[in-house]
Amino acid sequence: MNFAYAPNTPFEKKALHDINASIKSGSYTAVIGHTGSGKSTLLLHLNGLLKPTEGTVQVGDTLITSETKGKALRNVRRNVGIVFQFPEHQLFEETVEKDIMFGPLNFGIPEEEARARAHELIEMLGLPKEVAKKSPFELSGGQMRRVAIAGVLAFNPSVLILDEPTAGLDPQGRREIMELFERFHKEEGLTTVLVTHSMEDAARYAEHVIVMHEGHAVLDGPPEEVLTDAEQLAMYRLELPRSVRFQRDFERLVHHKLPKPALTEEQLAVMIAELAKEMGEPK
Amino acid sequence: MMEKMIFGRYLPGDSITYRLDPRSKLIFIFLFIFAVFLANNTVTYAILLTFTVFVILLSKIRIPFLLGGLKPILFLVVFTLLMHLFLTREGDVLFQWKFITIYEEGLRQGIYISLRFLILVLMTTVLTLTTSPISITDGVETLLNPLKRLKLPVHELAMMMSIALRFIPTLMDETDKILKAQLARGSDISSGSIQQRVKAVIPLLVPLFVSAFKRAEDLAVAMEVRGYRGGEGRTRFRKLQWKTSDTMVLVLLGVLSAIMLYFRG
Repeated sequence: MNFAYAPNTPFEKKALHDINASIKSGSYTAVIGHTGSGKSTLLLHLNGLLKPTEGTVQVGDTLITSETKGKALRNVRRNVGIVFQFPEHQLFEETVEKDIMFGPLNFGIPEEEARARAHELIEMLGLPKEVAKKSPFELSGGQMRRVAIAGVLAFNPSVLILDEPTAGLDPQGRREIMELFERFHKEEGLTTVLVTHSMEDAARYAEHVIVMHEGHAVLDGPPEEVLTDAEQLAMYRLELPRSVRFQRDFERLVHHKLPKPALTEEQLAVMIAELAKEMGEPK
Repeated sequence: MMEKMIFGRYLPGDSITYRLDPRSKLIFIFLFIFAVFLANNTVTYAILLTFTVFVILLSKIRIPFLLGGLKPILFLVVFTLLMHLFLTREGDVLFQWKFITIYEEGLRQGIYISLRFLILVLMTTVLTLTTSPISITDGVETLLNPLKRLKLPVHELAMMMSIALRFIPTLMDETDKILKAQLARGSDISSGSIQQRVKAVIPLLVPLFVSAFKRAEDLAVAMEVRGYRGGEGRTRFRKLQWKTSDTMVLVLLGVLSAIMLYFRG
């Protein structure tokens, strides 16, 4: 699949080149790459906000080409929810409840059902109950973010696309939001696509990683492979996740290989503890 | 969606038109508008059109690109033509079919007025395509300088203009982002009754206003932090320079006007 902005004008800019990838339904995929690598452009193709200049995008049973219009796109959008960067910028309604209901009502979900879902989400996202009747503009930044996320989850999409959902949040807020998506992914059987800069988040949550570089999908595979290949990652101006870097230094210092790559700090701690026990026992 | 629209946009490039002083270009356009109104018969319109094509060729802007980018405005030109065609009731009847009657004068007026409109749009577009927004405001500020004596806040006006111009692309991007976010939530702007469409604009406008106000506040703070106090004692990095070619441009316009006056009916 190829994509160019403003084709056939002096402003033409080729953004994606020969992308060929598939994302299994029900999987958790991370798309990583440095700024301007085409990650965000790629995700806009997944629900037909951009259409490929050449080639096709298939979402479920729907095929999107440069010709696809109207109904088919609506159907795709109904099933694919996108949480954009700084999603709080899309809030506009008088009350939080109404804003969350905006999506569901657009997609023809009955009002009472939408309202019930809104209240359910307010609770699930850890917001105080009374915010439902407040204006979204009265809330704190973190709360606004949650409301905006609720607005996307509200129409029960089967595919959830997250474009750096934690940008600009404090560390604790980050962790909470990411855990929340993880929970939704598992409980509701969502197909999740996370677009991120954070190697750590990709390593912790994803079961499939795609690395983008200058509009090409350059690496594609499980995190144990993709995220532990320092040379390749450096070529694409990316670093190893912190835990993998720590593991490499540790292995070098103690001249001992750990059994598998540590994708999270917790895994690393467990493996080191086991190693320490093993080495301590014979004495 | 809006990426094709070129009216009011700057296209980096290089040609004689690019190198001219913005002041001469601004004076030229201002006077050219009057010159356009001198045309009142076929000969003068032909001269005007030839001149416009000459200017476009000189600017080295590709004509298909120029016309393609002006499509939304060409619609207005065609609309003007049709209005004159059907509504003017003077001269001989050229064509009659059921309730539609087209008069000679209507056809003539229609062609003249839409041609006039088209020429003006083409010329101003060449100006903005070949002059960066900063040069335009610099030019405006220097040209308006004499009005300072009348206590007109010239620098502030020019600053407002440059800020407004500077933020057009930013706001366009912002609109595009918000539009995408609302489309992803199933909002539908391109179908339904007029009432529905107007209602669908609200989810776009509210966030846009909120962010525009936030941006304005941030910008004001950033300017104050860097010690901005208005135009008093401010110097420029790029000095405007009036060259022979700039004088030539105005002479050329004078010649054009003289020829037009001569052939005028």
